[in-house]
Amino acid sequence: MTAGERLVTASPHLASGHTTPRIMWTVVASLVPVIGAAVWFFGPSAVFVIGAATAGALATERVFGRAGSLMDGSGLITGLLLGLTLPAGLPIWMAFVGGAFGIGFGKLIFGGLGQNVFNPALLGRAFLQAAFPVAMTTWPAEQVSWWTLRGDTFALPLMAGKAADVVTGATPLGLMKFEQQGTTLSHLMLGNTGGSLGETAGILITLCGLYLALRNYLNWRIPASIFLAVLVFAGLLHQLDPGRFPAPLFMLFSGGLMLGAWYMATDMVTSPVTNGGTWVFGAGVGFLVVVIRVWGGLAEGVMYAILLMNALVPFINRATQPRVLGTRERSGA
Amino acid sequence: MPSLWHTFRHGVHPPDHKELTASVPIRRLPFPAEIVLPLRQHAGKPARPIVREGDRVERGDTVAEADGQFSAPIHASAAGRVAAIEFWPHPEGVHAPAIRIEVERYSPQALRPRIIPEWEGLTREELIAAVRESGVVGLGGAAFPAHIKLSPPPECPIDTLVVNGCECEPYLTTDHRTMVEYPDRVQLGIRIMLSCLGAKRAVVGIERNKPDAIAAITRTLPADLDVSVLDLRVKYPQGAEKLLIQTVLGRQVPSGKLPMHVGVVVQNVASLATIAEVFETGLPLIERIVTVTGRGIRNPGNLIVPVGTKLRDLLDACGGFTSDAREVVFGGPMMGVAQADLDVPITKGTTGVIVLSEDECKTQQSWACIRCGHCLDACPVFLNPQILGSLAKAGRFEEMNAHHLADCMLCGSCTYVCPSNIPLSQLFVAAKAQVRKLKVA
Repeated sequence: MTAGERLVTASPHLASGHTTPRIMWTVVASLVPVIGAAVWFFGPSAVFVIGAATAGALATERVFGRAGSLMDGSGLITGLLLGLTLPAGLPIWMAFVGGAFGIGFGKLIFGGLGQNVFNPALLGRAFLQAAFPVAMTTWPAEQVSWWTLRGDTFALPLMAGKAADVVTGATPLGLMKFEQQGTTLSHLMLGNTGGSLGETAGILITLCGLYLALRNYLNWRIPASIFLAVLVFAGLLHQLDPGRFPAPLFMLFSGGLMLGAWYMATDMVTSPVTNGGTWVFGAGVGFLVVVIRVWGGLAEGVMYAILLMNALVPFINRATQPRVLGTRERSGA
Repeated sequence: MPSLWHTFRHGVHPPDHKELTASVPIRRLPFPAEIVLPLRQHAGKPARPIVREGDRVERGDTVAEADGQFSAPIHASAAGRVAAIEFWPHPEGVHAPAIRIEVERYSPQALRPRIIPEWEGLTREELIAAVRESGVVGLGGAAFPAHIKLSPPPECPIDTLVVNGCECEPYLTTDHRTMVEYPDRVQLGIRIMLSCLGAKRAVVGIERNKPDAIAAITRTLPADLDVSVLDLRVKYPQGAEKLLIQTVLGRQVPSGKLPMHVGVVVQNVASLATIAEVFETGLPLIERIVTVTGRGIRNPGNLIVPVGTKLRDLLDACGGFTSDAREVVFGGPMMGVAQADLDVPITKGTTGVIVLSEDECKTQQSWACIRCGHCLDACPVFLNPQILGSLAKAGRFEEMNAHHLADCMLCGSCTYVCPSNIPLSQLFVAAKAQVRKLKVA
C-alpha cells in the first residue's frame, strides 16, 4: 500500500451495508410475487398495464432526473406500485401517462429522491383518477379465459372510446357500497375477486411486507397502526349497526388496504421519521380509510387517506421529536 | 438500580471483529530506533518541554512538565538523546510540537530507582500528586488526565466508581486482554481510586462478548471492598460514560453536566491497571497496550508499546501490510482517526491501530436522504440526526444549537446506519467547530 493508495476518511469507518439502493432493490424483489399474482389473476393485461406504468416512470426519471438516478431503484418502485393499483383493462397509454406524472410531478418537481411530500405512485394514480374516472373504475369480470385482454388495452390516446365490449364486473367494495352485497373473506384473502391488479391477494402482500419489515426496510409500526385503527374504528361501527356498516375483517382485506398499508404508507420519504409519529400517521390513515369508505362518495379511500396523511407528515414529525437524554426537551424544539 | 435489560436504549450492533486478537496474549514490542513524544497527548493544555536538544535522558525521565492543573507531564519511554524538539505529524492529522529522542542502541533500558513511591501509607493528597507526576491519563481514548478524576470538588461527593470494561468499539481488545491478563492490577487500581475518592462502592461493567474477562474480574474481586461486576449486552456505544452510568446505576447525567454531578466517576480498566502499574513498578506512564488488528495487517496482536513509537515501526513488528490494505485508523473504527502519515507516533490515548483491507472499508458513494428515520433509532442521546444533518449542510449552525448539537458525542451510530452514507458525524464535527467560533466572536 503506497501513500497514494491509502484512504484517509472520516469516522465511522464501518457502515451497516444496508444502502439506499439495496433497500430499494429489495423492495422491488419483494414485489415480484405480488406482480406474479396480478398476472395469475388478470392475464397478459397485467403485464401490459404494469409494464406501461413502469416505462412511463422510468422514462421520466431518465429524461428529467439526475444522472444515474435510475440506478437507485426508486423510480422502478414507483412505476411498479402504480401499475399494481390500476384496473386490468386500463388502456396502456393512460398507465404510461400516470407513471410519467407520478415521477415528474410527484417526485422530480420537488427535487428528486427524498424531497417529495406525496407518495409518487399514489399521486400518479390520483391524477389518473381525476383525468380518466370511467376507465379507472371499469373492472373486468372474473370469469374469462386467462389469455383474454381485460379491456381496450391498446386504445390510442384521446380517440373517442368505442363502446367497451368487455364484460365488466365490480370490486367487493363497490358491491358492498352500491349493491349491499358481500364477498366471502377467503376470496378476499386469496385474491380471486375484482379489483386493481395488485391489490387483491391480501395474504401474499402481507407475507412480502412482513419480509421487508423483518429486514427493517419498512417500519412495521405503520401497517400495524393502520390495521389497528381500521379494526377498532370499523369494529365499533359494525357493533352499532351491523346491517349498515361492513365487518372489520372485510374492511381489512378488501380494496387496496393491504397494498397501501404495506407498500404505500410505508414509503420512507413520505412517512414520519419518528417512531411515535408513525403511530399517529398510521392511525390517521386507518381512520380516514374507514371514513371515506363509509361516508364518502367513493367506494375506496386508501389512496386519498394516505395522500392526506402524507401532507401532515412535517407536522407529525415536529410534534413527535424524541426527548433528548438528560433533558426535558425535545430535540426539535 | 441497574438496567433490567443490562443495556441502554437505541445504539447499534456493528460486527465486533474482536476474534482477530481476543485470544492473542499481550507481547512486548522491542524498543524502536527513535521515539517521538508529542507535547499534547492528553485533554487539556500541552506539556512544557524541560529538556534541550542534545540532552541525554533515562527511561522514565520527565521530558515535559504539566502546564497547570489541567495538563499532564510526559516522560521518556526509552533511554537516549534528545535529537530535536520540532513539529511532527500528530495522530489528530496536524503537525504539532514533539520531542524526538534517538534511542540508545545498546542501552539495557534497565530498571532504575523508583520515581513513583509505593502507594501504601500515602495520604490522599500524596496519592493524587503521585498520579499527577506519573502522567497517567485515561487510556480509553479521550486521554483525560487521571488526577483530575481523582480529585472532584468537595461540592460533588462521589459515592460510586463505575469501571468501564465495555470496550464497545469493534476490533479493539486492549481492555479485554488487560482484564484477562492483569485482573489484579485492575483491582488494585480500583482500590487506589476508591480510597482517593472516598467512595464506598465500585461496579465494573463488562460486555458479554468477553466472558473470560468477566470471569477473571469476578475471580479476583476483593473481599474487603464493595466491588461488583455487571455483565452488559453487546451494543455500541455502551462504553460512553453517560450511557454506562445509566445502564449500571440507572442514573441520568443531565445534559451539559459531568458524571461527578450525579456522584459518579467513570474510569476505564486500562487506566486503572496503569495507575496500579505505576505504583508497582515505580515508573511513570511510558508504555501502553495497543491492539494492532484488521484484515490489512499480517500478524494482528496485542502489544506493549513504548509511548512515542512510530506507527511505521509498530506495523513492521506486526508483519506489515497485506496486499489489500487500504486504510490505517488510530482508535476504534467507529470514532477513530484515519492516518495519512506512517510517521505519526503512538500516544498515551492510542487504544488500537486498525489496518482495514479493501473489503472492510465502506463505500465512498453517498445518496440523497430518504428520511428513513434509522438515525433517530440509532442515536443513543435521542437527537434527530436527520434534521441536524440537513441544517449542517445548509450552514445553519445556530439552529443546530437549538437542536441540541452540544449533546452529540460524535459516536458515529447515526452514520453507521445511514443507508445513504451521509457523513453525519463529519458534518457534526465541522458544525461544532463553527459553533465554537460563533461563541468566540
